[in-house]
Amino acid sequence: MSAYGLLIDYEWCTGCHTCEVACQIEHALPTDQWGIKIMNVGPWEYAPKKWQYAYLPVPTDQCDLCKNRVEKSHTPTCVKHCQAKCLKYGKVEKLAEELAKKPKQTLFSL
Amino acid sequence: MEETMEETMEANAEANTEEKKEKVDKKHYTLINHKKPFRYDEDGLHVTRSCGWSAPGCHLGCGLLMYTNDEGRLVKVEGDPENPFNEGRVCCRCLALPEVVYHPDRILYPMKRNKEDRGKDKWEKITWDEAYSLVAEKFNYYKDTFGPETIAYYAGTGRDIGQYLTRLCWGSGSPTFVFQMSGQACYSPRVAGCFANTGAFWLGDYSQQYPDRYNNPNWQVPECIVIWGNNPIISNSDGLYGHWVVDCMKLGSELVVIDPRLTWLAAKAQHFLQIRPGTDAALALGMIDVIVKEDLYDQEFVSCWCYGFEELASRAAEYPLSKVSEITWIPANEIAEAARFIAKSSNAILQWGVAIDQTKETVPTAQALLAIFEITGNIDKPGAMVPPTNILNYAAGWGAEFLSREQDAKRLGQDKYPLLKMGFQECATDEVMNCLESGKPFKLKAAWIQTTNFLACTGVDPKRTLKAHMNYEFIVCVDLFMTPTIMALGDVFLPACTFAERDGLRIGDGMQRAETINKVIEPLGESKSDMEINLEIGKRISPEAWPWKDVEEMYSSIIDETGYSFKEMQEVAPGYPAFEYQMHKKSMLRQDGGVGFETPTGRIELWSHFYNMASLDPLPAFEEPTPGPVATPELLDEYPLVLTTGARNWSMFHSEHRQVPHLRAIHPDAIIEINPATAKKYGLKDGDWCWVENHLGRCKRRVVQTPIVNEQTCSTDHGWWLPEKEGALDEGLYGLWDMCVGNLIEYNCGKSGFGANYKTLLCKIYKVEEGE
Ligand code: SF4
Ligand code: SF4
Ligand code: SF4
Repeated sequence: MSAYGLLIDYEWCTGCHTCEVACQIEHALPTDQWGIKIMNVGPWEYAPKKWQYAYLPVPTDQCDLCKNRVEKSHTPTCVKHCQAKCLKYGKVEKLAEELAKKPKQTLFSL
Repeated sequence: MEETMEETMEANAEANTEEKKEKVDKKHYTLINHKKPFRYDEDGLHVTRSCGWSAPGCHLGCGLLMYTNDEGRLVKVEGDPENPFNEGRVCCRCLALPEVVYHPDRILYPMKRNKEDRGKDKWEKITWDEAYSLVAEKFNYYKDTFGPETIAYYAGTGRDIGQYLTRLCWGSGSPTFVFQMSGQACYSPRVAGCFANTGAFWLGDYSQQYPDRYNNPNWQVPECIVIWGNNPIISNSDGLYGHWVVDCMKLGSELVVIDPRLTWLAAKAQHFLQIRPGTDAALALGMIDVIVKEDLYDQEFVSCWCYGFEELASRAAEYPLSKVSEITWIPANEIAEAARFIAKSSNAILQWGVAIDQTKETVPTAQALLAIFEITGNIDKPGAMVPPTNILNYAAGWGAEFLSREQDAKRLGQDKYPLLKMGFQECATDEVMNCLESGKPFKLKAAWIQTTNFLACTGVDPKRTLKAHMNYEFIVCVDLFMTPTIMALGDVFLPACTFAERDGLRIGDGMQRAETINKVIEPLGESKSDMEINLEIGKRISPEAWPWKDVEEMYSSIIDETGYSFKEMQEVAPGYPAFEYQMHKKSMLRQDGGVGFETPTGRIELWSHFYNMASLDPLPAFEEPTPGPVATPELLDEYPLVLTTGARNWSMFHSEHRQVPHLRAIHPDAIIEINPATAKKYGLKDGDWCWVENHLGRCKRRVVQTPIVNEQTCSTDHGWWLPEKEGALDEGLYGLWDMCVGNLIEYNCGKSGFGANYKTLLCKIYKVEEGE
């Protein structure tokens, strides 16, 4: 059986918190627990006018890949609602193929 | 793609003609090929397509799926993937809607309080009958005894309330429609400026007018998007779903970002100009000078469609790069390069926002910005600036026909600001304040304040605002929650419900589309929809303006001209009216059917006849913001930092959402962003509480150290109050006096009567001592 995961195109993640709240509401998590959490990397200026300024959503131990939704053939709620359309759910092998096609992505096998 | 949609539309129309034979022909809207009816069942829950349009929420009205259970409870809210507007996406605010709906602090019963007890938590529950009778009796008394103009109607930001409120106001003969913000400094200055000189408003073309969006064959990706003084991914004015900018970036659009802060978008921009707050007009004029001198303007567009180019060019020549660089704090070469980039792009969008309105000389500022896009021919073409499609005109105000000329002449501020006479329907807020305080030219008697929390949000100088408003003899407030404004001022509280608990229309600002808001649960307690409250009061104070039996009949009557009844529109929404480019060439913009634009010369007026008639400078110009490092250098020793306000937050809309757990957790405190070097200089570090103070007052902010602002500038958010704190006036009014950035701002509008310096202040910062 192949594993499933989340492919994250962090080049476009705006840090909008939609995935965090979508997951919290879906799983009835309290305000201080997350199934996915945004990390802010930056901002710092590493060369004149060149800024490192990125967000990276990280799935936590509480992420169950939206088991209940997926069983009913819905997409995970963070993926569905992501405002930058930068999250993808699928089989890890398939996502790995897409990972190879574009830089600034990361793949979480869950 | 288009054809399939049109076929669906016809099929739907046919199905509906049987029941409604007497109705006017249905207007042509391109519809979505919905897979399911607008209400269906799924996994044991009931699902309703709807639209998220206030309260709570924002300006937009994203397409939503509302999930309810058999017990009639709202279980969750999701985005509607079939809705082209947001394509299934939503922000965290609509996701957390159930926490708003079922919030224990919601007020669910009408209440009254003795006038002497204003500011005290001494509310008494009453019935709706009692509430309606009380309000109607008082309003009719003031209207008949002192004149309808002595009753003021207050609306907040543009959401699903303004049009019903204008009707309540004008329908009863009152011209006193108030947006409690100095210089009405939000949206209307820009809209007004556009209409004055081009006869239309102009929006960025992100393909939002097409149901097939980015795939529409007529649309083109903007080569350049100029984000000027806003952070659209967080804020969302003018009907813009901010992440469309990200969509376009993925398709190849490059950004120019003009902002005092290095935002995430700025970090990804081709050109980022870190501007000194309030100097936008100078920057725009400097850019125009570069574009003119280097012959980069669109000569054909200018010679065929613009009036006053020579005059504009010579005005811009007064702003050479060296001077502009000194004014704006932006290096000259960066200005020139950005100007060239915009001018050489085949199509460019001006994504402007409220920063342009919230500057005292907003009129010439907006004029200067738009002129860049006019002389480069970025008007009325794909992926550039386009006029919004219209379904209904009521969004700008509904019920104007009830206001006689004689009554309109009593609208406050027209004597002082001639521009207000020229097609505007609002009062000059600064003059409303003067009127409240002086009782001249008449004494204001009563106020109707609906879903606006101006003491905490739009209104500046809250102490003065409060004192002036205490002069009203009778104040009625409509809202979901108790707010500082209502606690301080209200005599009657009428509880409104959320958009989950009511029907409604979403045909508002931006590109209009035919959308309905669909009720999915019964209103909690005795709360009622804003519209039902307005209809019921309307029937009692101006029955001729409110002839409908219920709200559904009222909605159907509003959309009568579309040929759809409310029920029919619920089934098919969203509907998209036809859209075309190059309308000025196709004689589609002028009432007389000629080519060109709806202006005195038929051209875009770079030199404005309209402003000239209103005794204003016909050309754009720059004036130093006051207070500011140049205008008031004497203040600099004491207040060395430039402060900009109103930074938007992901999880909160203006003064809303402070009591919603999952949203407040994302942004628990009011913050001030300070450069690390500046923080160090003033002995502050990340997480410290500091006072932000100027010559008018101070407020508390938590320090966030960040390099996104330069060492001279700091930035703060607005709309703060603390619902968890004591509400009574003598116990701090929900922390308002400490938290309100309005403490540092005064009523002081621009020469036109529009605009005020909300975003350009001077301040000092110092640590909050223990116990403070
Ligand atoms: S896949 Fe589901 S459980 Fe996992 S982070 Fe996303 S929303 Fe949360
Ligand atoms: S929803 Fe998408 S864009 Fe927003 S923070 Fe999460 S991953 Fe980033
Ligand atoms: S932007 Fe957010 S709050 Fe506004 S309608 Fe869309 S989802 Fe709701």
